Amino acid sequence: MSDRTMANEKNNAGIIQGGVHQNHLHDSAHKHVSGTAIYIDDLPELPGCLQVYIGMSEKPHAKIKSIDVSAARKAEGVACVLTADDIPGINDYSPVMGDDPIFANELVEYVGQSMFAVAADSIDNARAAASLVKVDYEELPAILTIEEALEKESYVLSPNEMKRGDSATALERAENRLKDRILIGGQDHFYLEGHIALAIPGEDDDVLVHSSTQHPSEVQHNVAKALGVSDHCVTIEIRRMGGGFGGKESQPALFASVAAMVAKKTGKAAKVRLDRDDDMEMTGKRHDFIMDYDVGFDASGRIEGIEFIQACRAGNSADLTGAIADRAMFHADNAYYLENVTIKSYRCKTNTVSNTAFRGFGGPQGVVGIERVIDAIANHLGKDPLEIRKVNFYGTTDRNVTPYYMTVEDNVIHELVVELEADADYAARRADIRAFNENSPFVKKGIALTPVKFGISFTTTFLNQAGALVHVYTDGSVHLNHGGTEMGQGLYTKVAQVVAEEFQIDNNRVKITATNTGKVPNTSATAASSGADMNGMAAQAAARTIRNRLTDFAAQKFQVKADEVRWLPGRIQVGAEEMTFPDLVKQAYLARISLSSTGYYATPKIHYDAQKMQGRPFYYFAYGAAVTEVEVDTLTGEYKVMRTDILHDVGKSLNPTIDLGQVEGAYIQGVGWLTTEELVWHPSGKLWTHAPSTYKIPACSDRAPEFNVRLWDKGKNAEETIYRSKAVGEPPLMLGVSALMALSDAVASVGGYKIHPGLNAPATPERVLDAVDRVREAAAG
Amino acid sequence: MSEGIRFVFRGEVREIDKIDPTLSVLRWLREVEGASGTKEGCAEGDCGACTVVLGELVDGSMQYRAVNACIQFMPTLHGKQLITVEDLASPDGALHPVQKAMVETSGSQCGFCTPGFVMSMFAMKVSEGRPSRDRINDVLAGNLCRCTGYGPIIEASEKMYDAGPETAFLEEEKRVVALLEGLSSDAMVETADKGRRYFAPARVDDLARVYTDNPDAVIVAGATDVGLWVTKMHKDLGTVIYLGRVKELKEMRVASGYLEIGAGVSYTDAWDEIKKHYPDFGELIRRIGSTQVRNAGTIGGNVANGSPIGDTPPALIAAGARLVLRKGEERREIDLESFFIDYGKQDRGIGEFVEMVKLPLPKAGSKFRSYKISKRFDQDISAACGAFMADIEKGQVKDIRICFGGMAGTPARAKHTEAALIGKTWDEETVKTAMAEMVKDYNPLTDMRASEAYRAKVARNLLYKFFVETSQVGEKVNTRVVGDRELAHV
Ligand SMILES: Cc1cc2nc3c(=O)[nH]c(=O)nc-3n(C[C@@H](O)[C@@H](O)[C@H](O)COP(=O)(O)OP(=O)(O)OC[C@H]3O[C@@H](n4cnc5c(N)ncnc54)[C@H](O)[C@@H]3O)c2cc1C
Ligand code: FES
Ligand code: FES
Repeated sequence: MSDRTMANEKNNAGIIQGGVHQNHLHDSAHKHVSGTAIYIDDLPELPGCLQVYIGMSEKPHAKIKSIDVSAARKAEGVACVLTADDIPGINDYSPVMGDDPIFANELVEYVGQSMFAVAADSIDNARAAASLVKVDYEELPAILTIEEALEKESYVLSPNEMKRGDSATALERAENRLKDRILIGGQDHFYLEGHIALAIPGEDDDVLVHSSTQHPSEVQHNVAKALGVSDHCVTIEIRRMGGGFGGKESQPALFASVAAMVAKKTGKAAKVRLDRDDDMEMTGKRHDFIMDYDVGFDASGRIEGIEFIQACRAGNSADLTGAIADRAMFHADNAYYLENVTIKSYRCKTNTVSNTAFRGFGGPQGVVGIERVIDAIANHLGKDPLEIRKVNFYGTTDRNVTPYYMTVEDNVIHELVVELEADADYAARRADIRAFNENSPFVKKGIALTPVKFGISFTTTFLNQAGALVHVYTDGSVHLNHGGTEMGQGLYTKVAQVVAEEFQIDNNRVKITATNTGKVPNTSATAASSGADMNGMAAQAAARTIRNRLTDFAAQKFQVKADEVRWLPGRIQVGAEEMTFPDLVKQAYLARISLSSTGYYATPKIHYDAQKMQGRPFYYFAYGAAVTEVEVDTLTGEYKVMRTDILHDVGKSLNPTIDLGQVEGAYIQGVGWLTTEELVWHPSGKLWTHAPSTYKIPACSDRAPEFNVRLWDKGKNAEETIYRSKAVGEPPLMLGVSALMALSDAVASVGGYKIHPGLNAPATPERVLDAVDRVREAAAG
Repeated sequence: MSEGIRFVFRGEVREIDKIDPTLSVLRWLREVEGASGTKEGCAEGDCGACTVVLGELVDGSMQYRAVNACIQFMPTLHGKQLITVEDLASPDGALHPVQKAMVETSGSQCGFCTPGFVMSMFAMKVSEGRPSRDRINDVLAGNLCRCTGYGPIIEASEKMYDAGPETAFLEEEKRVVALLEGLSSDAMVETADKGRRYFAPARVDDLARVYTDNPDAVIVAGATDVGLWVTKMHKDLGTVIYLGRVKELKEMRVASGYLEIGAGVSYTDAWDEIKKHYPDFGELIRRIGSTQVRNAGTIGGNVANGSPIGDTPPALIAAGARLVLRKGEERREIDLESFFIDYGKQDRGIGEFVEMVKLPLPKAGSKFRSYKISKRFDQDISAACGAFMADIEKGQVKDIRICFGGMAGTPARAKHTEAALIGKTWDEETVKTAMAEMVKDYNPLTDMRASEAYRAKVARNLLYKFFVETSQVGEKVNTRVVGDRELAHV
């Protein structure tokens, strides 16, 4: 295991403490461990603060004939009950399409849909009162699966197609051809802190909402829309979330809107805090997919033509499904050149909760699809899947154009994979495993190496912008604010490092402050792994403006040229003089120099034609690879991950410790998604796995006993990103795909590796045992 | 009788005269005390974000155990010390070695799970020496982290030991011991709030009396089931009788061929003793809930709860356990198997409680195995749990008892399967024949944990696994992917 223990970060003259590329600790670490880090539910409540319970639909699809809330209104402790009729503004909290009612009015479309809210003096009273509400439903036929939706052509958005070359002809001509269907399950975010919003009414139309959100600006717009007031009346603040993972991008708007409406109606503070079950039932998840593929390949395993049909479960509304399904298409290639390719995408409307962003945003599902194809080819040809992977990797000078016509300019996948292969001793271990399996009748081992190439940028181009605000106070202390949010990923810490570096002051002189729509407006979600790339650049720009002013001021005052003002660690050299940052700042203040600035960044180079699905949607790609080894009990289907080896490219890391944490955490989350995390719906349309008792994310022992993880030391962003670093939030999640493929490899052993197990995800013990039996039967003929 | 509850909190004795008997420790901390360091992640004992440590005087010395504050009821704190994350740093703000190690390894990302991890790790550090990785897995099985992937936390769990013994804490402990000694008594503890009453007798005779007088009361042992009736089902339990103080029910002894386990003995306390006699039953207990759940939960409660998916009943029934029930002054002893009448129905009369579980010591040469099948190895509820106890003499099956949980409305014997084995040669052919008989024994359901087909198939395969594990000669093949693999061969 790597030694994460911090290098001694003494402020010697040579280097500031907590600048860029340093293993600077998460700014809140000491508060996390002592219980003093404040999450929204920890904020002291104002006197009379109301607790709000949201009443939910019990039917997957029904007309609401009536909602009778009269008994609830009279119940003990109740301050108010809100239904669709009580919304002052517009009854919608959707991010894009206007199809997410705050309170269902005439129609409910999933079990768990919000219908009304009860605010009371305690959550117990609110919940009890909510149970008195009588809803008269007229049930309608419900579509609960992707298959049904496809059959009935029930979509939230129209189907989409991406095409390059002539896949039909290539398939016909191909020497070998395989077709199959892949099932890929969804995933609950299971952030440890559930959704929460605390609204505090202000004067006139004003309201302040503390919202656990990755997207304060969108929450602001939605709250204003619900209240029927201008955006400037609404302030959203978030210091930290207890995890987000995409689940707090579009959905917090609902809870913030409800809290704000209660607060404005009653004049009291109001809190909406979901308990775990309600959170899991009410909020969307990673999209599950059904993928059909048809692939043609030559004797070496090189793909000549391929067609994918990707159908995902959007749930009852569009939410972010359009961009998510697009990203699944953008990643149907993963790291492989697909010369003749057609990808069709169906965005299925079902009577289940509306699915939403989740780390990877559709990309991981696309990657699972192509990796399954590669394994099927390998099993068919009797070759090592890694060999097939290499044969199909993107080239660096040719075979380097994606299905969406973007040239891959920064490809490092060959180099990185070869390095990992050697590090992890892949070939020898693979041979050992085969020998082991020969002599082990019940426990079978498997191994797989899978790569990831992940596109960085929002594919909706206009979202690639960010803002920051930096103040320098007269004592030289710095106040930093930007549009990015902190959900544990260390964004605040990284951006503070950038600012400390800019001013050449110790990091502890930079105060990190809560994200607040009143400070930096019109921000994009902290999503698409872009947080540090964009907010780091924006904050650097803000700090640089101030630094330039200070430089100019110093040059003028001391009568030197601007380039004779040198920013050294902890001090500034001005010609022959040397002064500290606070000294310079004080003098500048007295000379009436502005010590505050905004900063702004827009990602360059990107352009994209959404109609044709062509262009350069991504500024650059992030790369990585992982080897996972598993053991499978072929009598029960149980399995254990025994060893993991990861090599991941984060460019020139802003903070190696934080990046390592992201890589490890994402890998484990990816493994969880593909193994034990199974979402099961009851035939009545209700989510059956709505708590950790039934929904199983990885526990401590699920981490392999041997776990080697390394950031790629050759990594350097080819583009001019913030200090040449690369985004790290999402890409490593797909390293977890290696676990699914390792399980497949272990299962394939029972059929002499000739029969592709077709192991679907999540590969629960049940699915693994079924695959074992299937392969055995097929092998027996 | 003593009115109200007394416990040690923040170094002082806290006295509360009236308290809602089912108010959770977590809600009290956060909503009454305004101590928000302890977090709620699930309110059902599954995530560990709410982990606190209870200090208790046991036979004169302090014992520290992590529990889930979200499902522990306030009055059960009586006579104990409640330690939360806010207590660890020293008054001058210096972090405790556990906290320091977590900071230095970057053991927190979003930080929401962190206080809970810190408390689980703290309980380990004050109670035991440097752990193995397996031990760390067990200690942390009840703490979920969605961010870190656990690596840095595992590292911190080792590193925190570098700081050496808990000198400051042990100094303070002396004072706490004196406070707790002052609270110790054999008198019944009572409290009430808004018409809900709470009794916590210290002697079994008092328990028998108070339960006879209040036959509608809900008995609470570790509250790892009952707690969820309140936090998840939002039930009003009315009167509550707590068993956790009853001395006689905490006893465990070997007597006339049985291991007698008092109904109030926690999994944690029963573990070693059971493992000694039935190593594989020990492995099963390791996989019940988590450290927090095992510190609170009891085998008595697991049985009395009557759930078809409890993990100990199949093992106990296969081993031929008996149950001692008591009502007032009357006791009766039955085969545990006959306690489970039907789904939701047990052989327990009004005012009658479980006094002890009697686990027969294994006969020489008999073979026992228990297998728990779940999606995740740690802290998961079984899709199916099977236990096998066989006497094989000279290659012949003299006797075999097979019991499964998760396959029927109660924990149930596989009588047809057993019949197909008894008196036969213990070989592959017999076993295959018997496996086919199992369809007559079980008609399992499909639910969120597994399908009917998987349950049926895996149950058959477990019989086969039992056969493989108990019939091998020469070099032993591996049949397990978790736990101590050698258990397959004992
Ligand atoms: C997170 C979590 C994980 C779990 N994992 C598992 C698992 O892996 N396997 C498993 O089998 N179980 C599991 N459980 C449930 C298990 O902890 C309980 O069944 C436990 O054994 C019950 O004991 P208790 O002392 O907590 O009982 P309580 O919750 O206090 O009581 C349970 C029931 O038994 C009654 N009762 C208790 N003692 C007596 C008595 N002496 N006489 C009469 N009635 C009595 C109570 O009235 C109640 O009806 C889990 C629970 C949680 C919260
Ligand atoms: S809050 Fe999850 S275990 Fe208590
Ligand atoms: S640090 Fe976020 S859940 Fe553990």
